[in-house]
Amino acid sequence: MQNNFEENSAVASRAAVASTAVANTFGIALSVRNVHKHYGEREVLKGIDLDIAPGEFVAIVGRSGCGKSTLLRLVAGLEAGQDGELHYDGHAQDSRHDTRIMFQDSRLLPWKRVVDNVALGLPPHEHINAEHVLGQVGLRERRHEWPARLSGGQRQRVALARALVHKPRLLLLDEPLGALDALTRIEMHALIESLWREHGFTALLVTHDVSEAIALADRVVLIDEGRITLDLRVDLPRPRHRGHAAFAALEERVLRRVLQQPPNDTNPDKEHTGDVSLHRTVDQVRWAV
Amino acid sequence: MSTPQKKTLFDRTLPWLLPVLLISAWQFAAHVGWLSSRVLPEPLKVFESAWELLKSGELLHHVLVSTRRAFIGLAIGGGLGLTLGLLTGTFRRAETLLDTTLQMIRNVPPLALIPLVILWFGIDEAAKIFIVAVGVFFPLYMNTYHGIRSVDPALIEMAKSYGVSGWRLYRDVIFPGALPSILVGLRFALGFMWVLLIVSETISATEGIGYMTMNAREFLRTDVVLVGILLYALLGKLADIIARGLERFWLRWNPNYANA
Repeated sequence: MQNNFEENSAVASRAAVASTAVANTFGIALSVRNVHKHYGEREVLKGIDLDIAPGEFVAIVGRSGCGKSTLLRLVAGLEAGQDGELHYDGHAQDSRHDTRIMFQDSRLLPWKRVVDNVALGLPPHEHINAEHVLGQVGLRERRHEWPARLSGGQRQRVALARALVHKPRLLLLDEPLGALDALTRIEMHALIESLWREHGFTALLVTHDVSEAIALADRVVLIDEGRITLDLRVDLPRPRHRGHAAFAALEERVLRRVLQQPPNDTNPDKEHTGDVSLHRTVDQVRWAV
Repeated sequence: MSTPQKKTLFDRTLPWLLPVLLISAWQFAAHVGWLSSRVLPEPLKVFESAWELLKSGELLHHVLVSTRRAFIGLAIGGGLGLTLGLLTGTFRRAETLLDTTLQMIRNVPPLALIPLVILWFGIDEAAKIFIVAVGVFFPLYMNTYHGIRSVDPALIEMAKSYGVSGWRLYRDVIFPGALPSILVGLRFALGFMWVLLIVSETISATEGIGYMTMNAREFLRTDVVLVGILLYALLGKLADIIARGLERFWLRWNPNYANA
C-alpha cells in the first residue's frame, strides 16, 4: 500500500535496471527507500521508492510543488532531515564527492572569468581540464569572458562544463533548461545527451517539460503530491525525434496522467503561471512544449 | 538644427560655463574694487599666492603632512572597520557580541569627541589621527557587514556543493560578493576623512593645510585661506578618483562598472 505504482511499470523498470547495470560501471547506482520529508506540518514527500541503475538517465516530472525538486535536493545532500534511506552504490553516506548538481539558474560567480568558474573547486593541477571541458560544450573561445557577457544558454553550458569537469558519477539536473528559449533548449538536449553517453554518469533530471523528459530519459517518473504515480520506460532509439509517432504517443500518455491529477489546491499561490497551460487540452500543451 | 558633433562639444563645455562666468565676475568685481581684498581677493592674486607657496616648498610640506594624517587615520579606522565588519558579517556570535555596542557608539558624532580627545592626546598628532580613524570606521564597518550579509546564498550553496569550503569559500565567493558594498563604504569613508581632518586641523595644529589657513587668518591673508580651501576640494576630488579607479578595477566583471 506504500506505493500506487502504475500497471507493469515497476516490474519493467526493475528488469531494465538489471540490463543497463551490466553495460555501465562508471555511474552511481542510486536507491531511494521509503523517503518522507516534512516542512513543518506539510508533508512534501510521502514515501518515495526509486531505483536508478548505474549510467541510467531518469527524468522526474510533475506539477510545481509536487516535491520533485525536494527529492533532488535530498539526493544532492543539500537538504537533510528526511525519513527513509538513500543509498549510493549501496552505501548510506551521501557521496557529495561524486555528485554534481546543475541548477535552474546558472549560479556562475560573476567575478570570475568563464574558465575560472569552471575550475571552481578543482585542485590546481587539474585546472587544465577546465579548458578541455569548455571545448566540449563549445565555449573554449569565450573562456576569458565575464559571465555577464554570455547569453542565458551559454551560461548554462558553462554551468554544465563546471559540473562535468569534476567527472561526477551522478549528475543532478534541477530544471536546468527551464529559463531558456525553445531553440536553445533543443540544442542543450543534444549536448547533454551526447555528453551523458560519452561520460557514462548516472543522470537524474527534474523538469516540468514532458517532451524534454521523453527526449532525454531512459525512464520518466511522475511525482504527484509527494508520491510516484507513474514510472515509465522510454524505449525509443537515440537520438530521439519529436516528430515520431511513438514519441508523440508517449508524450501524450504522460501528459494525460499529469492532467488526470487535480491541481494542487492545498497551495494555490505556489503554482506558477505556466501551470495554467495544464488546464488546457493535451494537444494544446504539446504544441506549447 | 545642430549636428551631433556640435552637440557633444556644447554638452562638454556646458558644465564649465558657470564656473568660468563666476570666476570672471569675481575677478572683475575685485579688480574694480567692489570687493575688498580682505573679503575676497581677486582670483589672480589667489593663484599667485598658491604659486609662491608652491615655490617656497611650504605648500607641499603642509599637503604632505595633511595627507599623511588622513591616510594613517584611514588605515587604522578603515582597517578596523573592515575587520570587524567581516567578523560580525561572518559569525553570528561576533554579531551578537559586538553589534549592539557598535550601533550605540555609531550615534555619537566623531566631532563631539574633540574635547575628550584633546584631554587624552593633547593637541598632538595622535589626536587628529584618532578623530579621522573614528570617523572612517563606521562607513566601512556598516557596509562591510551589510555586504557580507547580502552575498547571494544560492552562490554559497552552489560553491559548497562543489567542494569549496573554509578559507577558499571566503576568498572565492563571500569576499568578492561583498566587495561592491565594501567599496561604497570606502567612498563614504574618504568623504568623511577630509571633513574630519579639516576640523581637527583648524582646532589645533602646528603644520598641515588646516594650520596654514588658520595661520593665514591671523595675518588677514584671505588669499592663502582660499588656497587652503581649494586644496581641500582638490584632495577630496583626488580621493574620489582613486576610489572610482579601485571600483573600476575590482568590479570590472560587473557591467555597471565595466565602462565609462
